[in-house]
Parts: sequence; C-alpha cells; structure tokens
Amino acid sequence: MHSSISTSRTRTRRTARAAAAALAGALAFSLSACGGDDSSGNEGSGGTDEAATTVTLPKLDGETLEVAAVWTGPEQANFKKVLEEFEKRTGAKVTFVPAQDPIINFLGSKIAGGAPPDIAMLPQVGAIQQAVDKGWAKPIGPEAQEQLGKNYSQGWQDLGKVDGKQYGVYYKAANKSLIWYNTQVFENAGAEEPKTWEDLLSTAQTIYDSGVTPFSVGGADGWTLTDWFENVYLSQAGPEKYDQLAKHEIKWTDPSVTEALTTLAQIWGKQDYIAGGASGALQTEFPASVTQTFTGGDQPKAGMVFEGDFVQVNIAETDAEVGTDAKVFAFPKVGDTEPVVSGGDAAVILQDSKAAQALATFLASPDAATIQAKLGGYLSPNKNVDPSAYPNAVQQEMAKSLVAAGDDFRFDMSDQAPQAFGGTPGKGEWKALQDFLKNPKDIKGTQEQLEADAAAAYGN
Amino acid sequence: MTGTRRTVAALFLLPALVLLGALVVYPIGYSVVRSFYDQSGDGFAGFDNYQALFTDDGIRTALKNNIIWVVFAPTVATALGLIFAVLTERVRWGTAFKLVVFMPMAISMLAAGIIFRLVYDQDPDKGVANAVWVGVHDTFAEASAFPKAHPGRESPLTVDQGGFITKEPVRLGEPVNLPLVGVAPDQMPDDAAKAVAARPDPGKVTGTTWQDFTRGEGVGTLGAPDPSELGYPGMKIEAVKDGKVVASTTAADDGTFSLPAAADGAQLRLPADNFKEPYNGLDWLGPSLVTPAIIGSYIWMWAGFAMVLIAAGLAGVPRELLEAARVDGANEWQVFRRVTVPLLAPVLAVVTVTLMINVLKIFDLVFIIAPGSSQDDANVLALELYRKGFSEDQPGIASAIAVFLLLLVIPVMWFNIRRLRREVRR
Repeated sequence: MHSSISTSRTRTRRTARAAAAALAGALAFSLSACGGDDSSGNEGSGGTDEAATTVTLPKLDGETLEVAAVWTGPEQANFKKVLEEFEKRTGAKVTFVPAQDPIINFLGSKIAGGAPPDIAMLPQVGAIQQAVDKGWAKPIGPEAQEQLGKNYSQGWQDLGKVDGKQYGVYYKAANKSLIWYNTQVFENAGAEEPKTWEDLLSTAQTIYDSGVTPFSVGGADGWTLTDWFENVYLSQAGPEKYDQLAKHEIKWTDPSVTEALTTLAQIWGKQDYIAGGASGALQTEFPASVTQTFTGGDQPKAGMVFEGDFVQVNIAETDAEVGTDAKVFAFPKVGDTEPVVSGGDAAVILQDSKAAQALATFLASPDAATIQAKLGGYLSPNKNVDPSAYPNAVQQEMAKSLVAAGDDFRFDMSDQAPQAFGGTPGKGEWKALQDFLKNPKDIKGTQEQLEADAAAAYGN
Repeated sequence: MTGTRRTVAALFLLPALVLLGALVVYPIGYSVVRSFYDQSGDGFAGFDNYQALFTDDGIRTALKNNIIWVVFAPTVATALGLIFAVLTERVRWGTAFKLVVFMPMAISMLAAGIIFRLVYDQDPDKGVANAVWVGVHDTFAEASAFPKAHPGRESPLTVDQGGFITKEPVRLGEPVNLPLVGVAPDQMPDDAAKAVAARPDPGKVTGTTWQDFTRGEGVGTLGAPDPSELGYPGMKIEAVKDGKVVASTTAADDGTFSLPAAADGAQLRLPADNFKEPYNGLDWLGPSLVTPAIIGSYIWMWAGFAMVLIAAGLAGVPRELLEAARVDGANEWQVFRRVTVPLLAPVLAVVTVTLMINVLKIFDLVFIIAPGSSQDDANVLALELYRKGFSEDQPGIASAIAVFLLLLVIPVMWFNIRRLRREVRR
C-alpha cells in the first residue's frame, strides 16, 4: 500500500482528507502562484525539552526553507517541534507546507509552478525513484551522509539510494507487522497471544466462542488489505519471492500467491470472524476499524485489529490506554519466519542549498528523532535513538524490535509498486483485494485481476 | 462609430476580456490541446486519450452513472419541488415549511456529504437510514435470542438445516448435553439461570442446553456445565425421527428440558429459528445501492432550490385562470394537472435544465459519501477526471474527460440560453 503511514494519517479524518482534496486544485494554483519568499524574522522559541547535541549545524541566519509532507493533526504538530529546534540551533526559518496524497503529483504541480519546496517527505520508495527520474531530487551532501553512516543500518540507507547515489534520508519508520488486541476481550475469553498462524486461528476461534467477533478489518481503505497480504506473503513465500513480486518479476498468477490468498481466506472467508461481515468491513475506514476494537467495554465490535504502530494514534482517540487496555503482538509466522514489513518517510532535497543540506543532516541525526520520539506516535529507524526516549513500554518494544531487525525487513510491497497499482483507491491491488474480501472463494479470479492490473501499471 | 469611441469601448471591455481570457478561454483551450498529448505532455497522442475514454472500464461505469444521475436527480428534485411549492401555498405555516426545506441549500456539498456518510452507515446504531429500516423490519420479524451460538470443540452437535442436531440418537433415562458457545454475555436473556445437569428420568428424555463457556477460562470442563455457566432459557428443542418431528419443547431458565417417551431413539435438533442473525439493514453504500443513495442526498439538498423557484413561478400564475377552472367544475387534481402545470412549464424546464448542468459536474457528494471499496461503482465523470488527473497522473486522459464533459454541457446550455432569449423578447 502506499498510504501506509502517510495516508493512514491523512485518513485519520475523512473530513480532513476530503477537505484537502476539494481544496487541492485551489491550493495548487494559489500556492504555486505565491512562491515561498516570505522574508523571515527569526524567533526561535521552542517548547521542546533540552535536547542533547550530537550534530553540529552551520549558522543560517536569514535563510528560509520549506518542507512539504502529508502529515496532519498531532503528527504535523510534533514534526513542527522538530523544525523549531532546527530554527533555534541555526537561525534559519522553516515553513511547513501541508501536501496531499499522492505527494509526488502534488510536487509535480509545485515544480510546474516554479516554486517547489526545499525538502519533501516522501512516503514511498517508488516516489523517490520517480523524483530522481524526473530530475527533481538532489543528492545529499557529505555531512548528512556521515550522519546516515553513523546512525542507520545498511538496509535503511539503501532504501534511500537510487543508482548507488544517496537521495533519501529515512526520518520516520513504520512497523506494519503488528496485531493489536483488546486485553479485556482476551482475558474474558482466556486467549493467549499467538505465535504462529495456526495459533492465530485457534485464538480467533476462542474469541469467537466467547461471543466477540475476532477481527476488525478496515476494508474501505484498500491499503490495510494489501498490508495483510504482504505479511502473509513475506512469511510464507520468503523474502526472495517477495522482492520478485514487488518488482513484478514473477506474475501474480504464481502458485505462491495462490497459497498466500488461500491462507488469507482462512480468516477473510469466515463471515463470523470479521466485524460486520465482509460487506460491513468494506465500509469501515481504517480509523473506525481501530476505534471499534477499543470501545464498547466488554463487548467491542471486535477483539483484534491488524496494522502498524501508527494504530496507537487512533487508539488515543478512545478511552483505552496503550499498554494496559490495548496490547500488541507481532504478526504470527505463517511460514518459517516472522514477517517484518515496514514503511517509512524519507526526506528528499528538491532545491539544493546549504540550509536544505543542514536540515537533511539534522533529520538524519538522533537529535531530531529523539525530540519526536518523546512526543509519541513515532518510530525512528535511527539506531542511535535511546529507546528510553519513547513514552511507553509498547513503543519502546516496537522501536527495539525495529532496530534489532537490522536489515532483515522488507519495505511495504505496494509502496514499491507504481501508484496506479499499489496506491489508488478503487484501482489495482486495493480494488482486487477488496473484491477478494467480498468473495474469498474466487482466488483464481483475484489473481487474474491482480496480474492484469499489474501488467498495465508496470508496463510489462 | 468614430475611432475614439471605438478605443473607449475597447478600453472598457478590456478588463473583462482579459479576465475571461485568462480564467475561462485559455484553460479551456489548453485542456483541449492537452487532451491530444500523452501522459508526460511531450508526445502527440492523437485520439488515443479519447479512445481510452470509451474503452476504459472505469470511465464507462462513470458514463453510465452520469446518465443515471442526469435522468433521475433533476426530475425527482423538480417533481418534489413542484409538490412542495403547490402544497405550501395552501398551508398556514407554508413559509416556515419552505424555510426548512430550503435549509439544506445553506450547507456546502462537502458538509452534506459528511452528514450522509453517517446517515447511510451500515451500523444501525450509527446510521439513521438503517436504524429506521431495521426498526421497521424488526416490528414484523422478531430477532432470535441466540444469534451466533455455535457448537464448540468436540461437540456432540452437528450442523443441520441452519440449526444443530445431535450426532447420536438419544435414549430414555440418559440425560443429554447440548452445549453451545458464542453468545455474548450481555446478549444472554435476563432470565438465564446457572446451568445444571439434568436428572435422569426413566420415562423421559431429559437434558440441558447451555453456554459451555466460562469467562476468563474458556470452555472450562468440556461438555459439562461449570458452576458459573448459564442455561439457554427458551431454546427450542425438537426430537426428530426419520426427518419427522415427533416431539418438541423449550428449555427452562437453567437450560434443562424434558421430552416425552416418544422421543426415545430420536435425534435432538435445535432448529434454525433459535439462531437467526439480527437483521442488519440494507447495504446502502454497497455496490448496488450506492448511486441511488447518493442521488437521495443530492435531492435532499436541491429539492428546496427547485421549490423556491417554482413557488416564485406559481406566484405569477394568474389566479383567475384557476378560479375559472374551478367554476367550470374541475376538481383540484384536474386544476393542477391541466392548468397549473402547463402554466408553470417554462419554469419547470428552467429548473430541470439548471439542475442537469449542476448534476453533470457532480463530484463532491460522490467523492465523500462512497467508501473506497465502492467508489468504483459510484464513479461519475468528474470524479474519474480527478482520479485520472491527480492520483493516477494521467493528465492527458483527464483533459479528454474534461473536454467530453464540456461537450455534454454545451447542448443543455444552448437550450437554456435560447429559452432566456425568447423570454427577453416576449
């Protein structure tokens, strides 16, 4: 999925998203018309705690920067705190530019208007590639490179590389191999955290026997479904096949896909296992799929919900407390190994300058990540961020396991695919898996649909 | 005309011409040009984009839905507006009523979309449409007490005709256990009492049916009532021999039941109507109903607009014509049908045509109300234009859709302008 983290939060409020979309045209017009030349007074007042200094930044008094990202709500507010710290240290003035999904098209219109932001946070690997192909992205300099080498595992560095050159700095990561559960439901049912797919099925049955529907699926948002598939596929078919399928080197009609869909149908195929049945799930947006799992006391609509660490942002909207009322376990292994599917947002420089390079350097340092880690709802791929910076035990655990995974993770498959296949509502993989959720018996038809759409989107 | 006058005229026209040119003519012209170029905008693509317009499945659905919209939304809104206008004329509180019907016009399409997204929510506890529908349905068909109840592990029961039946025949004097699981504790009937094992009775078939699930411990003792487990009061039990029901009974509060000697050697069945799922209402935003549902929300907004215009037209209808018809012995329906409507025809046509233009460009309601999973089924041209242009990065095809929409609107606009001219001439 694309969206992953990015859209998941864009989607935290449908209203916001709709409003943003409705304004998209108007914004693109007006923003590109008035390029970001607002001269700056520099008031570096930050509400942030004293952060340790591990990186030296140049003095940039009078410089101005624009940073574009799709983040909204608390996520945007938290990121702005990080930018404030940068302003305080350098004297530069940084403006946050709210963007819409897909950000690559948003940037396209800004660049056509002649006023691109200096730095954009790109949520997809494919988007970095596109930005480089179109000549928008500028390589990062030696200072940022040095921070990357010090703080990031090879795998995270490589994700930001195109043709051997470093363009992206992964500032934010998402662990998308998690299943969140309502502890009350598990307690009432006498269920335990499963380790394998078989355990997961028997846990689901136990919860069903106790009178609660086991799973909540946010099927109205196609990306939650692609994430389900990716976890099963990565664990069952293994990383090699996963990489091949991500590049469309093997077809979607491959037997390994048949097997993964068959496995998936063991849950999706049981109307009683999914809150609201398939048709109900297809009208449940991701935020509602989380909140309905953690509201309703002893009788929530469902006992478990699958998605990444960003689920906690939505749990925060309920009365449930992460760590006590809401707990999490790793996606159980279907094959030999537990899957670790991740996503992330990378900072990419679009207008090269000393200030832009300095900000990229800062974002690659543990200083920046620590500030946002303390504020919660955030996970950094930076291995030199002290786990104790995260506000609760669940987040500390997720951060540790992400760093411990080293290079043993795979980036979200649909985020690697072309937008038309992996990231458009009502199209491609999103739509095919939604149809599969509606009719889980039609594995062959689903595969043919996926292959036809993939062939059109990849152009092979 | 002298030269100076010409210059002055040009000078006065200039601001309007510049604005029109920059904001209307140039974008239209550029869209037409862009529609003949490929995705990147570098290569000439001829009519490829227009060909895609009529071969792409998504665009074809959009086209089909647009036709449905144009046919139904304006006519229904106008018809409702006409009825409201004629009726409010005769009610004392007509103005207040008009105000209420007109009020949705004060809301933006976006807000209306969000409201109706909630109205059509599948969950009857949230969506008012389904709450009403389920309320009506449940008045006529009552829900059962034990939805979702099902046999647990190693159960003596098996599925039969939507209910459950014992695998083995039962014998006199041997108590039968009919354990099930899966009824949520707060959905258990209030009179459910602690389940007890049935006493053997040599002249009868006795047994217990209960929820074999202990909170926090799972099943507990499998197939036998644990201390805190509850019986299923009112559960219907049938004794079946060779496919025929020979005896039937219902369970007591503690889940115990007894059947007469005739049940000896029969299989016990818990028939399907014990387990009927609660009715969950209509799938308003599912693939089949989504377009009518969204048209419904559009009518909610625009019937008021039609009503106000028609009411204004109605005020201009000469009263004496209506009076004359009544004096001639026409009844109210005939007056409405033969006098009022023909006199209002020009107004009705203007309202319908205006709404048609409005409907051709419908976007916001569809974009907001349709959930991602049925956006494809609810698709309309303007939405497809947006999707092609802004999320699929296909500006060529998007421009072609824009040009096509323009072509669709032109005849309707031409009709409107011609009518306007005729009005002026009169």
